[in-house]
Amino acid sequence: MKIALFVTCLVDALFPDVGRATVNVLERLGHEVEFPLAQTCCGQMHTNSGYRQPALVRRFVNQFESYDAVVVPSASCAASIRHQHPVIARAAGDERLARSSELLAGRVYELSQLLLDVLGAEDVGAYFPHRVTYHPTCHSVRSLDVDDRPLRLLRSVRGIELVGLPGSEECCGFGGTFAVKNPDVSAAMLADKMTAVLETGAEVLCAGDRSCLMHIGGGLQRIRAGVRTLHLAEILASVDGGDGPAGIGSRSGGGVRA
Amino acid sequence: MTHGDTIWSDDPQFPALAALAVNDAQLRGNIRRATSTIRARRALAVGELPDWQQLRAAGAAIKDEALSHLDRYLEQFEAAAVARGAHVHWARDATEANAIVASIIEATGEREVIKVKSMATEEIGLDSALAARGITAHETDLAAMIVQLGHDRPSHILVPAIHRNRAEIREIFIREMADAPADLTDQPEALAEAARNHLRRKFLECKVAVSGANFAVAETGSLLVAESEGNGRMCLTLPETLVSVVGIEKLVPSFRDLEVFLQLLPRSATGERMNPYNSLWTGVTPGDGPQAVHIVLLDNGRTDVLRDELGRQALRCIRCSACLNVCPVYERTGGHAYGGTYPGPIGAVLTPQLVGVEHASTLPFASTLCGSCYEVCPVAIDIPAVLVKLRHDSVQATNHAAADAVFAAAGVAMRGRYRWRLALRLVRLLRYAGRFGLAPIEPWTRFRELPQPPAQPFRDWWVAERDQPRGGSGPRRRGGGR
Repeated sequence: MKIALFVTCLVDALFPDVGRATVNVLERLGHEVEFPLAQTCCGQMHTNSGYRQPALVRRFVNQFESYDAVVVPSASCAASIRHQHPVIARAAGDERLARSSELLAGRVYELSQLLLDVLGAEDVGAYFPHRVTYHPTCHSVRSLDVDDRPLRLLRSVRGIELVGLPGSEECCGFGGTFAVKNPDVSAAMLADKMTAVLETGAEVLCAGDRSCLMHIGGGLQRIRAGVRTLHLAEILASVDGGDGPAGIGSRSGGGVRA
Repeated sequence: MTHGDTIWSDDPQFPALAALAVNDAQLRGNIRRATSTIRARRALAVGELPDWQQLRAAGAAIKDEALSHLDRYLEQFEAAAVARGAHVHWARDATEANAIVASIIEATGEREVIKVKSMATEEIGLDSALAARGITAHETDLAAMIVQLGHDRPSHILVPAIHRNRAEIREIFIREMADAPADLTDQPEALAEAARNHLRRKFLECKVAVSGANFAVAETGSLLVAESEGNGRMCLTLPETLVSVVGIEKLVPSFRDLEVFLQLLPRSATGERMNPYNSLWTGVTPGDGPQAVHIVLLDNGRTDVLRDELGRQALRCIRCSACLNVCPVYERTGGHAYGGTYPGPIGAVLTPQLVGVEHASTLPFASTLCGSCYEVCPVAIDIPAVLVKLRHDSVQATNHAAADAVFAAAGVAMRGRYRWRLALRLVRLLRYAGRFGLAPIEPWTRFRELPQPPAQPFRDWWVAERDQPRGGSGPRRRGGGR
């Protein structure tokens, strides 16, 4: 099966490890991954900030409509593509684009959805001997309904010690530009999320959205909590003896102080 | 639009008001305790009904039917209510509604009225409008009375004094309630007893009551008030004159529709299977209850909201507060930060539409779009989708030159393959962000570290490692283009 990767602008720019991990997992399962180089951004940041970019919807459709399946290592971007693209196209008066984006939306999958619903792979052969807690991001549970798919994938990882996160389904306070437009409320929500993470005693906080992890990880780093944040793909890509995040010396979750 | 002197200031800034609230430890504790209790009770009550999603869909459909033929249903309601002896008045805005209510009261010669807690009268600032004409309105709902005695503003739709704890309530009673017992404690029973004795005198003295309504039935001309304390029942039955201010979106087509809402409302609002008191009346019943019954149908911006195809779903709202109780933003700010009458997620979609987004430009951004509000809404208002639409309207209606420039520049970069690659490569400069002290990222770095930029963007790795011709199969490129 030929799968196109829509890597998302955030991962492309700041977290290429997540893109590499997504490619590695799928290739390990015997699938061919393609990366259309003219892809840029789904436009969610624009949309949710009040700026509509029908050009980005058109670009996404042009880049990906010829594929059987498109994998997105972000529930939030996948949800935006599925639910917001047709709305933006319609608001711009482009009914044809709206229909094309609706048709394509059915073939756009968040990583855990692709693995379980399309590829039927619950055990991807990963090895990750660490204590991990999982934060189900808002758009993954409430917008995309991935349900327990990420947890099922994580439970099949050898060596992993999965611990439950108290109040897991409560928002971490990221919310895209909310984090800078309403920094105080965002920080108040972040504080509670970090408290919950620390309560678990986990070494690693995992989620399916690098954006939320950038926020929670940035907060954990600020207090020198010693908890790493890893995207689901990075844990699923880890293998025994590999040089992925299972090993020592990974840079993921590192930060600089501005 | 006027919002009464205590209710509205021009374009309140949510971020600044919220910043004050998050640092108020007492407020945070009070609201966290209250909302988490109601949240748990709601979850239990809703979990009992296997057909909750169907009920929810029915609730949305009934409201949509009423809203899409409001002209017809309003006239049907008026005819039915008048036939049963009610006087129906139409008010375009707050000023008209306040004037109508004041004239009705003045015609009775009374100077004091009792009130059933009502969002519509809160919205039009009725209490202060009456005070300006020498009429004193006494709130009789316990929480509304606490807010009134404390010269405070409501911070929650259902529990206006949710931001107060019992010690604070005791202080307010001792300070402001002339007939409070000298040895009043902060035990809930003692506080309720003091309020009860205070209110009983008002119920027996006042000859005019003012209420809102939860539902108005077009078919029969009936109004319904749902409440928990019995104060509403007293107000609706004891006085000689009853004036009800009813937003035009409160209509439901038929009496049977109440079956759906009397399940949805109590379970969503207080986590109860049934409201302790459902008072339902149709015009005048000779010899029983108020003999002069007035209904003021209030528009106050609602017709304008109806014009917006997406935004009008906000008018389905039955004021249950489930969205407030579940909202992680509301839980940390309380209601005052939202500036208007309607706080929380529903306020963030309703207020900008009622008063004009230019007067509430920050409210559509007062959400992380986490979706919890939509999940619990008993009439399935897609609050996040409406918020996103209102963000667009807000950006159009107000001036944000800096943000416009940033998003325009990002948009230009994202529309070209090579421009975008260059932009991605420049992300490395983020390493030096600290040295330049970039102001726009300060709200981020105040609370969090910046991520360490990678040596190269993902696409450069891809081109180097994967996007090479492989043994005769040709280049793997697809989807070229600029």
